[in-house]
Amino acid sequence: MADEEKKAAEEQEIEAVKQAIEGGEAKVAKAERIEEEQHIYKQVRSIAFSVLSPKMIRKMASAKIVTPELYDKEGYPVDGGLMDIRLGVIDPGLRCKTCGSKLKECIGHFGYIELARPIIHVKFVNIIMTLAKCTCRDCGRILIPDGKIGKIKEELDEIEKENGIEERRQKVKEIIAGLKTATKCPNCKAKQRKLSLEKPTTFLEDEKRLSPIEIRARLEKIPDADCEIFGLKVPHVRPEWMVMTILPIPPVTMRPSITLESGERSEDDLTHKLGDIVRINQRLFENINAGAPEIIVEDLWDLLQYHVTTFFDNSIAQLPPARHRSGQPLKTLTERIKSKEGRIRHNLAGKRTNFSARTVISPDPMLELYEVGVPFIIANKLTVPERVNEWNIQYLKQFVEKGPDKYPGANYIIRPDGKKKKITEETKETSLEELQPGYIVERHLMDGDVAIFNRQPSLHRMSMMCHRVRVLPGKTLRLNPAVCTPYNADFDGDEMNLHIPQTEEARAEAEILMEVQTQLVSLRYGLSIIGCTQDAISGNYMLSRDNSVKREDAIDLLAAVGVADFTKLPRKSVVAGREVFSVLLPDNFNYSGHSRLCDRSKEKCDKETHVVIEDGKLVSGVLDRNSLGEESGLMLRNIHQKYGKDLSIDFLGKVFRLGIEYLLRVGFTSALSDTDLPESAKMKIKEDLDSAKKEVDNLIIQFKEGKLDTFPGKTLQETLELRILEILNKARNETGRTVANHADKRTNTMIMAESGARGNLLNLAQMAACVGQQAMRGKRIEKGYDQRTLSHFKKNDLSPDAHGFISDGFKSGLTPSEFFFGSMTGRDSLMDTALRTPKSGYLYRRLANAMQDLKVEYDHTVRDASKKIIQFDYGEDGIDVSKSENGIVNVKRIIHTV
Amino acid sequence: MADIISEYEDRLPPKIIEDVRNSIAKGISETKLKKLLEATCEEYKNSRVAPGESVGLIAAESIGEPGTQMTLNTFHFAGVAEMNVTLGLPRIIEILDGRKELDNPMMEIYLKKPFATGKKIEDLRHLALQIKETKLKDIATEFTINIADLTIEVKLDKDKMKEIDLTTGKVLDAISKQLKGYNLRDNKDSIVLKARSKEDSFNDSYKTKEKIKEINVKGIKGIFQVLPVKREEEFVIITAGSNLADILQLEEVDAYRTTTNNLFEIEHVLGIEAARQAIINEILKVIESQGLNVDVRHIMLVADTMCVSGTVKGITRYGVVSEKSSVLARASFETPIKHIINAALVGEVDNLDSVVENVMINQAIPIGTGLPGLTVKAPQKAAKEK
Repeated sequence: MADEEKKAAEEQEIEAVKQAIEGGEAKVAKAERIEEEQHIYKQVRSIAFSVLSPKMIRKMASAKIVTPELYDKEGYPVDGGLMDIRLGVIDPGLRCKTCGSKLKECIGHFGYIELARPIIHVKFVNIIMTLAKCTCRDCGRILIPDGKIGKIKEELDEIEKENGIEERRQKVKEIIAGLKTATKCPNCKAKQRKLSLEKPTTFLEDEKRLSPIEIRARLEKIPDADCEIFGLKVPHVRPEWMVMTILPIPPVTMRPSITLESGERSEDDLTHKLGDIVRINQRLFENINAGAPEIIVEDLWDLLQYHVTTFFDNSIAQLPPARHRSGQPLKTLTERIKSKEGRIRHNLAGKRTNFSARTVISPDPMLELYEVGVPFIIANKLTVPERVNEWNIQYLKQFVEKGPDKYPGANYIIRPDGKKKKITEETKETSLEELQPGYIVERHLMDGDVAIFNRQPSLHRMSMMCHRVRVLPGKTLRLNPAVCTPYNADFDGDEMNLHIPQTEEARAEAEILMEVQTQLVSLRYGLSIIGCTQDAISGNYMLSRDNSVKREDAIDLLAAVGVADFTKLPRKSVVAGREVFSVLLPDNFNYSGHSRLCDRSKEKCDKETHVVIEDGKLVSGVLDRNSLGEESGLMLRNIHQKYGKDLSIDFLGKVFRLGIEYLLRVGFTSALSDTDLPESAKMKIKEDLDSAKKEVDNLIIQFKEGKLDTFPGKTLQETLELRILEILNKARNETGRTVANHADKRTNTMIMAESGARGNLLNLAQMAACVGQQAMRGKRIEKGYDQRTLSHFKKNDLSPDAHGFISDGFKSGLTPSEFFFGSMTGRDSLMDTALRTPKSGYLYRRLANAMQDLKVEYDHTVRDASKKIIQFDYGEDGIDVSKSENGIVNVKRIIHTV
Repeated sequence: MADIISEYEDRLPPKIIEDVRNSIAKGISETKLKKLLEATCEEYKNSRVAPGESVGLIAAESIGEPGTQMTLNTFHFAGVAEMNVTLGLPRIIEILDGRKELDNPMMEIYLKKPFATGKKIEDLRHLALQIKETKLKDIATEFTINIADLTIEVKLDKDKMKEIDLTTGKVLDAISKQLKGYNLRDNKDSIVLKARSKEDSFNDSYKTKEKIKEINVKGIKGIFQVLPVKREEEFVIITAGSNLADILQLEEVDAYRTTTNNLFEIEHVLGIEAARQAIINEILKVIESQGLNVDVRHIMLVADTMCVSGTVKGITRYGVVSEKSSVLARASFETPIKHIINAALVGEVDNLDSVVENVMINQAIPIGTGLPGLTVKAPQKAAKEK
């Protein structure tokens, strides 16, 4: 049924192509008459797979290939050669003899060659083997008594209905496995012989070789009814088709030759292989006709088998791969299809696009979050098609008039019949005159156009978001640093891609579904994933902490941020930082949340750092990462929930700029002196470290004397290691605490650490005091030389220094051995990342492939492509994570609002 | 009051109802409660998934994306004296592969009331030793073959046996149960084995000698380490190695809470629903231990796809992917040639109802905005032209 449908569809398509051709000719006759472009709307409903029968091969072929020659002396394709122009055209100017169309219009046609002797198809050897083994060598019947066949068939059909075709295949395999041992045909009582397969394509019966002719004869004898048990559906396959007597020749369009600069032609790998096949086949014919001795014929036959086999698959283990003269293996049919670079994954499941750009990215906080800065050079090349109508013709003419070089101009106009015309200085005038409703103008990219922005690896849907174009001077693509998080971008040379949707539908979808605003809430965990980062956090932290600014400075600040209405700012000469921030808040917003400085242990936090917002005013608390940052930003999530995406993206942009602008005014830089410690602290750190080392030494002495108590389930050595690690970690934590207590809280480094903008106290302690124990695989560093880590330690030295404890800080500098240990862990983590990326990439690919078809149906069930129910209600309650608050409907918040 | 809430039971999922019950103030007025419930309903309605949402891909992304942030380190020592645990990316891969052999099988054995709340860890020693598998080689000091009369002599370590409460008689019992065709003799400090059949060669004796080393003389098979741990108010036994079926047979064990990290054992012993829950728990455990945040719903969906067929299937070309109905979808994953050839043999028809095939032939995919089909009555003019 499906086959017929397909055929019908094909015929229609051919019909349509013919019409198109006729239309094309008409055009040439009357150049002035421009017709509407003909669109053929068609949908493929299904694709059927089956094995080609010899009859079918002949039917679909349009040429019989008889000679291995390709071109004659003039360089014109030889009739009956492999490049016969009945098989399609690959040269400009020629017309296909079969369908009459030109280059790129003709999709190519199959040919065929008559094989002198039957050849086994490599891809079917295994099934041929089972067929031959499980059927009688005399009568061709399957080796099952007649009475049982019906029952087995029923059973198989049952399995297919219930568990699908894959299960049926399994069951068939089981049945076949049971048959292989039968020695006598239950139908004609003929004795069966032992059959074996010598890979790749030789069959042996009792050590005697079976020729493909004999095998074909046996397969022919198998009745249709018996084929079904093997899982072969008869109208689609007949066993004997797997031994070929006739070989289809693929059209030239799928194996085009390329002309080198020197004018020489270089043929495709497939053409080379086919040439071999045709040549040997021809020789085989001649030898048979001339009555050559059997040995010669057999040798040639084997050679032909080899060529045909490698034509299908050139990476069979038992066969030497066919090679170019240069020694590089040929890429034949199987290699074309499989693997990542093969047809399926490279060309069919993944495609390339036009209207895209790629360059280095750089930050610009003055852009809105939903904007992308596009350089003029790119804007001049990327275009947006706009259809001319009565109302916009004047507007579009302006672009055409400017031409391709001046911005904003246009590069092409497209006539209603689909013909594309380039606009140049010369053609500008004619194009302008020609322009009328129905035409399409491809105008330059302008501010406000939609574009899809992407950074690889595209791991989640936020890796491709829709931005508004902002054409800017410069040569990089620019984005607001706040959207770095979803893209996982930084500016150390990252490049990103820009795509311009070309149809109204695509633009609408991009705007509605992909805009940055719509992606504020992560669909992975239901919290805001875009938030303030780095300087924006430090800035807001400093502003809201206890700083106040002069009113005029506040207004200056707010104006720079993009606020025009200052009525919310109190009329005082000096305004508190919190009041400045409050101007940005929506008027009736209420919020209460912890800041990083809050003591979380208590139920109710009464510290003044606790963030409280009442009626759109920041009453108390400091703003830091917990309120503003990405991946946590609870305040942002609340604003989003209450006021929606547009207000929250606007708010976010302003807050971000406020932080940066404030820092710009007060100045913000981290200094070496930030890590300075008072002498007393230095002393204390030294004491702590020394006492820890002494403690470890004591342990080692105890260990050597055998006085150490072992932990249960551990050896003495392991116990020692664990205890040493414990002591050293304790010492390092102690130094950390000392640093935290003594470091100057007003330094910028501390501000960054406290606000969560960048770094933490541990980093500071590592700089100021002590880097700490370097660990690999949860243990101290062990490997290296014989019984020691580095050659300048004594053998069996168990002391902290000899096993990667770095007691210096980065500021005071590391000793050479310490530095080496540091590099060891550094290298280790580098390796870890390098190994992890492909592993997690493969996991992701598998997950995506297995689950890509699951969707929520209109009845709220989750089903796969074959409508099998996976879940009755998505996630058991049908809540969309990206519409929830961290995965829940927040009842407590609703209570507050009611 | 409760009546009003229960009225909403078919409009709200149980979890939200529960939340409402827990968070309303006492003595809330009826009208206010109703208003609250209505508002909750409204909010719930707004946060439901839209039909056509490609939840599968979202789930795949949500698990695949944090995968890049997880550690590869398999060896992880938690605390002072605990066992190796596979964590991070390798564990996730292990679960999703549906592997039968785990790198680090583990069990958490909870105990019934009187046993769990004992005063000292020492009290559990006995039970723990009961569980731990002891092989003959663990209590033997020497295995020798007497070449003259082809007997095997096993010298036993009496101290060790005493420590784990074993007698020679018990050992003999265990061996005779698991080894057929041999006569056993108790020879004070050792056991002597002699073959009953006369045609025993030296080679056979050697083989038996190696075989009996692995004989289980005490404890539960497969459990090679036990560790009693105090967890909150009770004692829990953590084991390396796993054998759920046999552990649940022990009377001290609380079968409701005892678990293993081996999904296949759970599936065998407790059924597919339990296996599904185990997959969810295990994945969540890893993700949380890495300090990442992934919603349960995504994990549930993955677990459900692995379990729909009734048995646990891994997300591999042999598992879930091979179950797909579409030829091209299978071919686009791995081993495309095999799938195409097999499809040709049975004349398979691909109905193009999944995503990749439609991408391949440049058609709208049946997901999201590609899902709804709109039918519009053609205007008269267009009809005339035809």
